[in-house]
Amino acid sequence: MIYILIASFIGLLSFVIGALAIQSKKLSVAVIATGVVSLFSSILFLLMAAPDVAMTEASIGSGLTTLIYFYVLNKIKKHHA
Amino acid sequence: MLRNLLISLLLLSFVYIFYNLYVGFTPKTELDGIAAHYADKGAAEIGAANLVTAVVVTYRGFDTLGEVTILFLTASIIGFFLKLTEADENKVIIHRGTSELLATSSNLLVPIIILFGIYVFMNGHLTPGGGFQGGAIIASAIALAILANPNMHINHQIILWVESISGVVFVLMGVLGILLAGGFLDNRILPQGQFGTLLSAGAIPIIYSFIGLKVGAEISNILEKYQKSQKES
Amino acid sequence: MEFFELGKISLLIGFGLIVLGFWGILSQKNIIKIILSFTIMETGVNILIVSLGYVKGKTAPIIDSAVEQGANHSVLGQVVDPVPQALVLTAIVIGFGTTALLLAYAMKLFKAKRTLQINNFNDLKW
Repeated sequence: MIYILIASFIGLLSFVIGALAIQSKKLSVAVIATGVVSLFSSILFLLMAAPDVAMTEASIGSGLTTLIYFYVLNKIKKHHA
Repeated sequence: MLRNLLISLLLLSFVYIFYNLYVGFTPKTELDGIAAHYADKGAAEIGAANLVTAVVVTYRGFDTLGEVTILFLTASIIGFFLKLTEADENKVIIHRGTSELLATSSNLLVPIIILFGIYVFMNGHLTPGGGFQGGAIIASAIALAILANPNMHINHQIILWVESISGVVFVLMGVLGILLAGGFLDNRILPQGQFGTLLSAGAIPIIYSFIGLKVGAEISNILEKYQKSQKES
Repeated sequence: MEFFELGKISLLIGFGLIVLGFWGILSQKNIIKIILSFTIMETGVNILIVSLGYVKGKTAPIIDSAVEQGANHSVLGQVVDPVPQALVLTAIVIGFGTTALLLAYAMKLFKAKRTLQINNFNDLKW
């Protein structure tokens, strides 16, 4: 029962944060929000008895992908400033 | 206006399809078909305690080979696209200076994180984790080192050799499976050993370790390319 | 039809994230935003696939002392489906590769035109 509550909560939060990521005017906010959606999905994988997938999602999906986005953002910002 | 209308029409049709799929979906209560076979006989056939590893490395090993190939292709294409000119290559990145905390902790943590990555992929057949996760952990250690010292020089020869040798060993183990056991990437070319110990499950620890090294080298290569691209003006 | 079940709720979250990502791809003008929507959609697809393999009340497909074992370490009827998990495992790594490739293209496009608004890339329009 507690799993279902956590899963519904995570689902609602990830919808809100995903919509924020798409609608936000600031790109850095959008990138961080996408990383947070990935992190929430990693918790969901853990609840669904998939620890392997949770590990991969947490390290690659929300860690390294966000890092690469910030490399690109840094490159773009240099020219706008 | 027309554009918004079309977008909402498309999204609504998607929602309609998904709603029908959702209503018609009944969750499984029992495993069926091939999954039941894996759960029933997987441990006896493969000898790996982690059934996901058994599926990734042996039952669906061919998919993993294709996946590693795709990652290699992506890394090469990114290297081709982000190639710097000779003048840019010799530039030094001007940065604000790394904080004392980051510099010290990276010196301390990078070897430990790499060691943890090696632990994760060597125990891939016993505990959650494996080559992909271990490779990602190694790559994150490299990322920490690059963040602490943006002008760090990474030896390309090492990455190249680690990557190529791992790929060749992976394919060779698969071919050995044809010659000595049942088929391509069969893990029974080595003795199965005691169930649940490190040296068990035949060739799985070796194959998964090389997958881990290959994935780690490729992701580190991609990260390093992005870091280098910051030099370009 | 039971609504409160982890498998069904996860399926719903997966569908929702796919629709959200699709909406972002269609409605946004900034190339980085489009790639971000792509990442969100991919997360949704992964959740969807894993939730298809979930069996209610079963544990992770790892044979250790936490699982009741039959003869020859058989765990039939104790674990969830390992196949979708293995597929998603590779899909996440490939997703990282494709995202990195898309971002490399985006950087190249930015270098060529000094802008990321997709309306400005109209060279093929005539």
